[in-house]
Amino acid sequence: MANQTDRNIKKLSVKLLGLVFIMFAFAMWVMPPLYNALCEALGINGKPGGQQYTVVESQVDKNRIVKVQFVAQNNEMMPWEFSPNTSQIEVHPGESNNVTYYAKNTQDRFMVSQAIPSIVPSRAAEYFHKTECFCFNQQPLAGGKDADLALQFIIDRDLPEDIHVITLSYTIFDVTEMAAKQDSVAASSN
Amino acid sequence: MGAHHGPAKGLTRWLFTTNHKDIGTMYLWFSFAMFLLGGSFAMIIRAELFQPGLQIVQPEFFNQMTTMHGLVMVFGAIMPAFVGLANWMIPLMIGAPDMALPRMNNWSFWILPPTFLLLASTLFMDGGGPNFGWTFYAPLSTTYAPPSVTFFIFAVHAMGISSIMGSINIIATVVNMRAPGMTYMKMPMFVWTWLITAFLLVAVMPVLAGAVTMMLMDIHFGTSFFSAAGGGDPVLFQHVFWFFGHPEVYIIILPAFGVVSEVIPTFSRKPLFGYDSMVYATSSIAFLSFIVWAHHMYTVGMPIAGELFFMYATMLIAVPTAAKVFNWITTMFKGSITLETPMLFAIAKVFLFTVGGFSGLMLAIAPADFQYHDSYFVVAHFHYTMVAGAIFALSSAVYYWIPKWTGKMYNETMGKTHFWISFIGFNLTFFPQHFVGLAGMPRRIPDYNLMFADFNMMSSIGAFIYGSSQLLFLFNIVRTITHGKPVSDPKVWEGGTTLEWTVPTPAPYHTFTTPPELK
Amino acid sequence: MYLQAKRLLKLALSPVLMLLSLFSAGAWAETGARWQTNMTPGITEVGHKIYDLHMWVFYICVVTGIVVFGVMFYSVFAYRKERHQEPATFHENTRVEIAWTIVPFLILLFMAVPATKTLIQIYDTDDADLDILITGYQWKWKYEYINPNGDNISFFSNLLTDGAEIANTEDKGSNYLLEVDEPVVIPVNKKVRFLVTANDVLHAWWVPALAVKRDAIPGFINEAWTKATETGVFRGQCAELCGRNHGFMPIVVNVVEEPEYEAWLGEKQAAAAEIKELMAKDFSLEELVERGKSVYTSSCAACHGANGEGGVGKAIAGSPIATGAMKDHMDRVVHGVPGTAMPAFGSQLNEVDLAAVITYQRNAFGNNMGDMLQPVDIYKFKKGQ
Repeated sequence: MANQTDRNIKKLSVKLLGLVFIMFAFAMWVMPPLYNALCEALGINGKPGGQQYTVVESQVDKNRIVKVQFVAQNNEMMPWEFSPNTSQIEVHPGESNNVTYYAKNTQDRFMVSQAIPSIVPSRAAEYFHKTECFCFNQQPLAGGKDADLALQFIIDRDLPEDIHVITLSYTIFDVTEMAAKQDSVAASSN
Repeated sequence: MGAHHGPAKGLTRWLFTTNHKDIGTMYLWFSFAMFLLGGSFAMIIRAELFQPGLQIVQPEFFNQMTTMHGLVMVFGAIMPAFVGLANWMIPLMIGAPDMALPRMNNWSFWILPPTFLLLASTLFMDGGGPNFGWTFYAPLSTTYAPPSVTFFIFAVHAMGISSIMGSINIIATVVNMRAPGMTYMKMPMFVWTWLITAFLLVAVMPVLAGAVTMMLMDIHFGTSFFSAAGGGDPVLFQHVFWFFGHPEVYIIILPAFGVVSEVIPTFSRKPLFGYDSMVYATSSIAFLSFIVWAHHMYTVGMPIAGELFFMYATMLIAVPTAAKVFNWITTMFKGSITLETPMLFAIAKVFLFTVGGFSGLMLAIAPADFQYHDSYFVVAHFHYTMVAGAIFALSSAVYYWIPKWTGKMYNETMGKTHFWISFIGFNLTFFPQHFVGLAGMPRRIPDYNLMFADFNMMSSIGAFIYGSSQLLFLFNIVRTITHGKPVSDPKVWEGGTTLEWTVPTPAPYHTFTTPPELK
Repeated sequence: MYLQAKRLLKLALSPVLMLLSLFSAGAWAETGARWQTNMTPGITEVGHKIYDLHMWVFYICVVTGIVVFGVMFYSVFAYRKERHQEPATFHENTRVEIAWTIVPFLILLFMAVPATKTLIQIYDTDDADLDILITGYQWKWKYEYINPNGDNISFFSNLLTDGAEIANTEDKGSNYLLEVDEPVVIPVNKKVRFLVTANDVLHAWWVPALAVKRDAIPGFINEAWTKATETGVFRGQCAELCGRNHGFMPIVVNVVEEPEYEAWLGEKQAAAAEIKELMAKDFSLEELVERGKSVYTSSCAACHGANGEGGVGKAIAGSPIATGAMKDHMDRVVHGVPGTAMPAFGSQLNEVDLAAVITYQRNAFGNNMGDMLQPVDIYKFKKGQ
């Protein structure tokens, strides 16, 4: 009798311990990717898909005009100059548009940047397709150098009718150290 | 293990004990010490907020105080206090000789004192202690945190491990050690609420561990879970935290519901009304707690569908909670009520917790929350649920069971005095905070505009009153142990019906070595 | 149905309402009323709706509370042992229990419907007349007016309250901690969209009178909107813990008539143009020191002390930086010290002010360097030349 109880207690405890590990794994390895997937699918936080959009034949909807605004932000400790060359354009859904952002490394050393996009209204994010974007990759610039960074995008024809204005924001971060670490990891693993 | 020899002598008794009563006692004393520590942090906060202007502390230290107050009260005072009650009472209530895993029980307690010593010592470290609020939102708690954050993370891990071990023990005990004939639907309500709480703990403490592990990796190993620069998102932290955090607040409140569900029938001399529905209501509250977390984040910029989902789900919690309140009141209805100190605290808990429930319902309304969020209205709300809801229930529990623990009766006059001073002090502290919150005062600020001055002064005076009433509580407990009037009736309270009232008073070191017979 | 129910309820509650109206205050305008006990309906349609919703839910809670607590206190008094020796023994009643599950659920529906409607309105940010990008910094706000055809106007808004008032050595003004050097100005009766983000940690932009509260998250933008129906000055504060000076980064919104707004915008644009012009100008040491002193007061004194004696920041008086090489001094001020409370002022102050404040620091508090900087030097330094 007593032994049976002891065995049951042991079995139950092991099961509960299993639940503990499952929940820990859930928090560490399921929630972050799940959250990111949800964000990209639903446009939470205005996160557009990080992937390049491959153009599907699509017709331009000449009857509709959507205003697209561009803004730029520097994160703290990012001394570059960074701004859109055009602050606003009007586009038709379905047509391909090109704009550029200006970036200048104001320091006298080599630096790497990463631009993080964010779109409002967030439900427009999934209809904002980028065919080419400087945000897909880290952007290195030598000290004192500047560059025009290209962005090519298409607004989906399925964009909900009640959205007339879309704002695209890029926040630029200094990832020089992070990039160096990744390089050294890549080098050592080769 | 010899069933009949008594406790060991001296310090080793406490260090190596595996006796559920000893461990319960240590948990209770430890949590009381933490309650006084967290309370003294609160006194510093209220002293600074007594008047506009900076008088006593600097903003940097003020932030450390709000953070440490929250952490110590939640993880050091309230949770261990309920674990202490569980240790003492669950075996007695289900007719078991001890907890299922006595040695683990010892470890889960002894992790706590060094952990909190470590946490408190961060205050003296270079750069100060944690200063990012008990919710430790990234990136303030990662990129911008003081160096002591690593110790904070370690401490959170340690208390998580302690809680998890404690809850596994409770589940194993309740599932396997019930006396023959004690079916689940015959268990006392306190045991039920703790069983459900323990499952919540096992499910969400690992999530908290995950959150702090991700923080640790972001800080020291170059990952970017919570930093946009590397493709992460600070908002993810809030989702993970509140996925833990919302069940956590029910972890705090459910055992308090359990206590009240024991005390009210005893002093109404009438069985608990709607026992079955109480069990179902508690379970549905526990279930709902997993799908409402984002109501803490209405202003974070979720899509409207998300806002609506979390708003509706949150409002739903009002239904089972209301059912519980109705059950308690109907238990009193047509009873034969006496108002000893435990009953006074239990009634006050029902009353004030319901007030906190009302403000919770208001906070659930997402559009209105755009005005309430992160204001003092929220501070008032959760202190009505946490202090009146949990601490009042704990006071009630201590007065209720202390004769059984010690074989001595507490001083009733002093107990009632403690109650009335607490009740007045509490309301004077927290009721005006609704007003300043609605008038626009944000939480976690060390200084404020003159328009908030009068209510803040009231609030501070109330806090000092409430704080000092706890010293009376301490005195009453010590006095009971040393000079209390001996009681020997196993039943102590006329209306007591649960199994703990069948063993001798004071409860001997070993009880139910042979299982009781259930009628 | 909701409106009818609401009217009925208001009627039934009229005595309570009268009592409550003693407490409810008007708009939280120039200075808040002491003893204000209720939320402000504010100066927007959404704000009024939120206020109505808040009061509606509050009344429901009051009525429920009166009933529930009424029964509870009645039981405590009527069924005391001295009066009621024999307790009843009933302990369940399925019908009653089902009823009190369904009734609260129905009451909740009466709250959910108006709440949903208001939320949908709050989320309709489209077609704004004006867009303002708000960035939270530790511990100030930056406002950038998005100009579709030309340069954006942008400026920082700092706490204006004197350190002596905070330290209790001077009397506190009525706008204590709720005053800034540069308020954000918006036109009345225009839909203004706020794009909210942060530069470092989380912040939250909250102005009760506009019924707007949005988290500012580094790397992402959030949006909110308002349409003020009255002119006036409205105040708010940062609502999300953001570090040491979380309590010291207020928000002041000036709502003005449109012509006045246009004039203000014109002035701002002219000022921006003037800065460009000043960049080319040569200043005298006296001019720089004078300008630098006011810049120092608003941007440096909070941490470094009014007399350069130090505080949270290091002392400026006799500091090795302020009395050392000019290039190091420029580097410290323009780029800050990453990982500390010293921000990179290069992105927060214009070249003229940077030159002025550095010159001031080198020639005040007993620092007697006698050298100076021209705005163009800063410009060159920033460009890495």
